[in-house]
Amino acid sequence: MLKLDQLRTEIYSSQGTVVAVDGVTLDIQPGETFALVGESGSGKSVTALSITRLLPDNACVAAGSVLLGGTNLVDLAERDMRRYRGRHISMIFQEPATSLNPVLTIGRQIIEVIETHTELHGAAARSKAIDWLRRVGIPEPERRIDTYSFQMSGGQKQRVMIAMALATEPELLIADEPTTALDVTVQKQILDLLLSLQRERGMSILLITHDLGVVAQVADRVGIMYAGELVELATKDEFFSRPMHPYANGLLGALPDVDKRGHTLEAIPGSAPTLTQAFHGCRFAPRCHAATERCRQEAPALYAQGATHAVRCFGFAPTNPVVISALPERIAGAGAHNRREAGDVLLRADKLRVRFPIRSGLMQRITGYVDAVHDVSFELRQGQTLALVGESGSGKTTTGKAILQLLRGSAVVDGSATLNGLELMTANDRQLHGARRQMQIIFQDPFGSLNPRMRVGEILEEGILSLQPDVSAVGRTERIAVLLDKVGLPRNCVTRYPHEFSGGQRQRIAIARALAVDPQLIICDEPTSALDVSVQAQILNLLKGLQQELGVAYLFITHNIGVVEYLADHVAVMQDGRIVEAGRSAELLSSPREAYTQTLLAAVPRARLKAV
Amino acid sequence: MPGPIRACVCSKDYGAMKIVVLWTDWVVFFVMAATLLYAWKVRHTPHLASTWRKAFASPTGSAATTVLAAFVSIGVLDTLHYRRLLSNSTGTAPTYGTETLSLLDHLLRRQQAGKERSYSAPLAYLAYEKEAVTTNGETRRIYPRLINAGTHLQDPAHDRAADVLTRGFVGAIKGMFVAGLLAGLLTWFKSRRNGRGLAAAWFDIRSGRTRMPLRVVLTTVSVLCLLSGIVLALSVEYHVFGTDRVGNDLFYVVMKSLRTALVIGTLSTLVTMPIAVGLGILAGYLGGWIDEVIQYIYTVINSIPYVLLIAATVLILMTFIDNHADLFPTAANRTDARLFFLCVILGMTSWTDLCRLIRGEVIKLREAEYIQAAQAFGVGTWRILSVHLLPNVMHLILISMVISFSGLVLAEAVLSYVGIGVDPAMQSFGTLINTARLELSRKPAIWWTLATAFSFMFTLVLSANIFSDAVRDAFDPRAIHN
Repeated sequence: MLKLDQLRTEIYSSQGTVVAVDGVTLDIQPGETFALVGESGSGKSVTALSITRLLPDNACVAAGSVLLGGTNLVDLAERDMRRYRGRHISMIFQEPATSLNPVLTIGRQIIEVIETHTELHGAAARSKAIDWLRRVGIPEPERRIDTYSFQMSGGQKQRVMIAMALATEPELLIADEPTTALDVTVQKQILDLLLSLQRERGMSILLITHDLGVVAQVADRVGIMYAGELVELATKDEFFSRPMHPYANGLLGALPDVDKRGHTLEAIPGSAPTLTQAFHGCRFAPRCHAATERCRQEAPALYAQGATHAVRCFGFAPTNPVVISALPERIAGAGAHNRREAGDVLLRADKLRVRFPIRSGLMQRITGYVDAVHDVSFELRQGQTLALVGESGSGKTTTGKAILQLLRGSAVVDGSATLNGLELMTANDRQLHGARRQMQIIFQDPFGSLNPRMRVGEILEEGILSLQPDVSAVGRTERIAVLLDKVGLPRNCVTRYPHEFSGGQRQRIAIARALAVDPQLIICDEPTSALDVSVQAQILNLLKGLQQELGVAYLFITHNIGVVEYLADHVAVMQDGRIVEAGRSAELLSSPREAYTQTLLAAVPRARLKAV
Repeated sequence: MPGPIRACVCSKDYGAMKIVVLWTDWVVFFVMAATLLYAWKVRHTPHLASTWRKAFASPTGSAATTVLAAFVSIGVLDTLHYRRLLSNSTGTAPTYGTETLSLLDHLLRRQQAGKERSYSAPLAYLAYEKEAVTTNGETRRIYPRLINAGTHLQDPAHDRAADVLTRGFVGAIKGMFVAGLLAGLLTWFKSRRNGRGLAAAWFDIRSGRTRMPLRVVLTTVSVLCLLSGIVLALSVEYHVFGTDRVGNDLFYVVMKSLRTALVIGTLSTLVTMPIAVGLGILAGYLGGWIDEVIQYIYTVINSIPYVLLIAATVLILMTFIDNHADLFPTAANRTDARLFFLCVILGMTSWTDLCRLIRGEVIKLREAEYIQAAQAFGVGTWRILSVHLLPNVMHLILISMVISFSGLVLAEAVLSYVGIGVDPAMQSFGTLINTARLELSRKPAIWWTLATAFSFMFTLVLSANIFSDAVRDAFDPRAIHN
């Protein structure tokens, strides 16, 4: 139904021409779900935008064609293209909050789409809109149609987006990371909804995602993109039973889950290449464990492997294929931290309660409180990892900040938190200054957590300057060099600025910064959720290695169950500011008792290799 | 900045003259030094260098910068002040002229000295008003010949057009010659730098294949050279832009006005910055009652009409200057002091917008993870303010600095128009426009004062605005760079 032929899209930037999509050829059959998978910058979103011709001004389709039922969309005039968008192709985006106009009621936005693309008008369009809202599972659609988007939750907004996209009954729905901004339980509902609507209407879905778990759950066929090229094309079953491309294998190996506990994750070394360069060999060769001289010299074609499977790798070339050596054995890592004797209690939180004051009126008097965290108690022993798991708004980050005393002045914190016996909540400035040497934090966003105007050396030096002012300048320089070695960064990066580094490298800098004062406890606030899977594996390996080497304890705040399974010794599941269930991770994750934990775990999409 | 008031008027003897440094001169020197220092810092900071390069890389930005640079150099020439030696007989202390002159005055001494009795139109050889002239015992009311314009013409009614054209043409040729010389120099420099031949370098510049838009800069320079060549050539024998009520050559007046405008623009901004930045960062980061107090202060200041505030302060100041004549030895000192304080007052009343902007930005940045990381390290408040927050609002400061510059130049015009701006004796766009108000109502209208003031101020403000647009585009992280 939709057929891309040698699609090539170029983006013009000040750094040169970025060939974001290079020679992508694929077709989507009626009624099927095609998942286009790739890490950030692989060109999957640009492919979708090229199909709908919604590219930014500095980008254009340079070559190839996009055929929808015999019409080449690339050649259409913008006026004609507008009729195709909405009527034949609809799109839903990642961020439901910004996809809906906040000053119009959702009803007006849906009705507008219906009136533009169908014959219906007025009351008929309205009843159609109400009908669609009901079908996407919005309760009381007659009333909700006149509400605004900010009165709805994230999941409901995405449902409205879906209603809007499907109201014109398109043949093709392009869903660009439709569930990435949502919690896992909501993600499952949205994916189920999409699948049931698809079965009912028989439309095709082009699903763009980075999450192999989602792919395993909903896709019929899979296309893996790397550096603007399609590197593997297969049905879902073929892909998960026998992934061929070393990159695809690497991605699956890099996913953390319970089976890989005690092992090092198979992180793909390095990071994705910039697309401004001209490639000669295979684009994955610099990161591939099996790359040969031929891989670096010649570009492989997409070699067919049976009727529905194709792969862009010389290992599968019809004539003299390159031998793909087996991956080096998983380093068994001795599962050291699992067997290590639990140390003394390092951190103990007891009946922690955090309330944010609501101020109102002329004098900004406190008129009430919002409770963010209730009665949270837990213990973390030296050298161990406690994972605080929960969905957004469950209070897990607030708990971490309350322990670090970052909320002093902005929130009311009751209860107690003791670090090595020191009561943090009532500690005076001098005591707290001492305690800060023992606890540090790593943030989620590697781009927001480093001051863009400071050199890496200054960033790493800051903590030592503040907390250990007696260390001499020479001592600081030496320690920074050691830190950089530990986190696997070149020593010469001290004079560079954060923007010169990739996301994974920045997260390494953030880890080095936290380590600079030799803390015993590091609070990791979603340290890998902004990273690609292959880079996430590098960071998790690093964190795990550092724990074994230094005996540092982690309070690991995350929503990613796979990471918890892989890394945590203990788990505490949070919901609405309370801990609903806590225990050793192996027991809790395999046999959850509370209903919420069960729902949460059931909703996690899994991507596992199927036994052949 | 100088300490006691008397000490500000520094003067030093250099044989034939006495160097005078007025208060605003100190400011200009300070700003120049600070700019050079900043430029040096930019050269050694890669990310700043690349951002600034982006600002100059846009064709309009570089053209505006070139025009601004020309204006600024005129202003700087007008900043080097001295007093001329009158007598220096041995044994007695040398006496100096009461008039404080500048280098620009020296360069334009012909235009300065070439006064008429009153109005004359641009390029005229006759006065604007009839006068009773007695020739051969007969008194008639005629348009008299001008004293210092067109005197070389035997039959002005017949010869003037041709003379103007020839002089203009010769001036244009000279201007183009200078422009060509500059282009040659640039090409030579470029070829030296790239190690390529002269022809290749010239070809690169001409076809726009240089990293910086040198072609645009050269074109702008050529246009400037051409125009100034024509004007300078004509100004020798004519009043190119006419004369004002007391017969001053408007070309000279408008050149002198440039410095006033530039000083007001920069000095007021200089006063604004520390107040706005300091209070904005404090209010945004510390919050609580400090934030409330600062907010109340700027809300109050914002609700007082600033003209009123300035009028009151200027009046107080004038009384002070009149009562302490001994502190201000020359008229130049007096007018300069008034200009200085006007800038200070303008700056004190116009910091609120920037303060509000910075407060908002800091409230946003306060939640940034790197600030929280610093807090987790127990880094002191002062260090967070100066190391983490200030550099991250610097782009806002810079953007608003260049934008407010043109606003302040216009504000001067408005204030002088109302009569509370600079000293009436000081040449400025505001005073020019103020006089033009009455002149326009005469018949036939005296249009040239307004036209001259308007076109120069317009060019200055427009190029400052275009420049600030370019700076904003380069520094604003939200701007889209294609």
